Amino acid sequence: MNDAPLNIGIVCPYAWDSPGGVQFHVRDLREALLRDGHTVSVLAPAEDDSGLPEFVTSTGRPVAVRYNGSVARLNLGVRSTRRVREWIREGRFDVMHIHEPISPGISVVAIWAATGPIVATWHSSIDRSRALTAGFYIAQTIMEKTRGRIAVSELARRTLVEHLGGDAVLIPNGVECANFAEAEPFEGWPGPGRALFFLGRLDEPRKGLSILLGALPAIIKRHPDIRVLLAGPGDAAEITRRLPEDITARLTFLGLVSEEDKVRAFHSADIYVAPNTGGESFGIVLLEAMASGTAVVASDLEAFRRVLDHGTAGAHFRNGDAADLAEAVNRTLAADDERARMVAIGRERAWLYDWSRVTREIVDVYRSVRMPGEKVTEDLRGQFVGRLARGSREPS
Amino acid sequence: MSGWVWLLILLLALLAFGLYLSQVAGRLDRLHRRVDAGRVSLDRALLERHTVASEVAGALMPDPAAAAVIADAVWSARHTDMSEGVERGLAESNLSAVLAAAFDDPEAVAECGAVPGGPELMSDLEGATRRVQLSKRFLNDAVRACRDVRYQWLVRAFRLAGRTPWPRAFEMDDTPPPGFGVR
Repeated sequence: MNDAPLNIGIVCPYAWDSPGGVQFHVRDLREALLRDGHTVSVLAPAEDDSGLPEFVTSTGRPVAVRYNGSVARLNLGVRSTRRVREWIREGRFDVMHIHEPISPGISVVAIWAATGPIVATWHSSIDRSRALTAGFYIAQTIMEKTRGRIAVSELARRTLVEHLGGDAVLIPNGVECANFAEAEPFEGWPGPGRALFFLGRLDEPRKGLSILLGALPAIIKRHPDIRVLLAGPGDAAEITRRLPEDITARLTFLGLVSEEDKVRAFHSADIYVAPNTGGESFGIVLLEAMASGTAVVASDLEAFRRVLDHGTAGAHFRNGDAADLAEAVNRTLAADDERARMVAIGRERAWLYDWSRVTREIVDVYRSVRMPGEKVTEDLRGQFVGRLARGSREPS
Repeated sequence: MSGWVWLLILLLALLAFGLYLSQVAGRLDRLHRRVDAGRVSLDRALLERHTVASEVAGALMPDPAAAAVIADAVWSARHTDMSEGVERGLAESNLSAVLAAAFDDPEAVAECGAVPGGPELMSDLEGATRRVQLSKRFLNDAVRACRDVRYQWLVRAFRLAGRTPWPRAFEMDDTPPPGFGVR
């Protein structure tokens, strides 16, 4: 009864041609929506319009703005506003899906300029001061106009509910499980001596590389031929300089890896180690490891405990505790049956986060905020001159 | 002379006030549409759940007693007064409880899905319970936002809501069966 395909307009506030979590999310969501037969148009800023795929409508070159602790590239200004309105008028969307609605840029403009079935996804958590700097009137309008709200993590949901006072449903980021299922391991890996895999910025303390390195001597005692694969940006020489030869000989640095090499790396290791100490709102990499069939040993952050179902789909160690990490790795490497069981549960569990399933839930959100036959229309209130000039166009 | 100035100021103030009222009325209109959309989709989701639950009871339940209990819960949910009283919420909560009892672990779900057409029907039931949960939450969120505006004295004094009925929330237990896999 619910299977008429939808015409969906997605708004991404960050430059389409620069990499980022929100952009990747929109890209993957669009592909999954197309597979289910829906039509999707994306509105986003772009550094260079000429290289854009045809499904992206550009709102022009973004400018660098400091926002949410980092520099974001956003569109501001009259010209982009006009393009947003044009896109809404011409798209005749069944649903408009806004990402990161509280970021300054075209997301807010799009909410302003449209009325009808509007859905919004919150990606990052916002703190109270940030929610308030949006201005009471703007925040109120955003909350009133978004009929359905999605948060990708429990943290994002909680801050939204507490600071902006509205409900949101939790639908996590998706994983393309099929892309991780099969891959050729690197030549000679994992090898009989067993191998571990670390992924993340080498010099970012919150990624916890130092904890893994601190645990290595105790792991080597039990598994003398263990090797470690490390992927992520950062200066490897800076890391190895301070380590004894016995440790550095076991480390293989891959640098920044492509998506394919990341999958191969998962298949080249017995255990994926996630020693993150904080700041992870969601453990997407854990799910990628699980979908690859690699055992997971992760710190006991709340988000990680959720993903690993409190230790049934992987092993935990006390956050920041190198000795406990060594203990967990040794235990997991020693018990082959237990590890195989964990991997099987992990594979199964990763499917709960597969894009096909996540997308079904997002489409359910689209359908539950929309009257049958309803469309997104341009909101001309507040456009005083525009309303006089185009009064006949406004639907009654 | 100054009388004209005052008159002008008064007219401008009235105009500004009028514009403000029309802005609030527009906001309220938008919120009422949101509530309407929420109500329609909740009705649709509940109806869908009735249909799928009866099919599951009829076609998949290996245990005739469980099938009878589900069918009975659907029947009473379908035959309570649709004018969203407490009773309707209770009948729907009862259906949720019955489904949760029937599919309390993944094995029960797998067992029922083990016949031809079973997996599809079970996934329909899972989808239907999820849509009930979603639309109930979105409806109640819309109702709360709408009430916030309707409580304002200006809205009441100038009857900006017109004859639109007072928005009512819908309460029911919408916990999905635990056997459906929890993230």
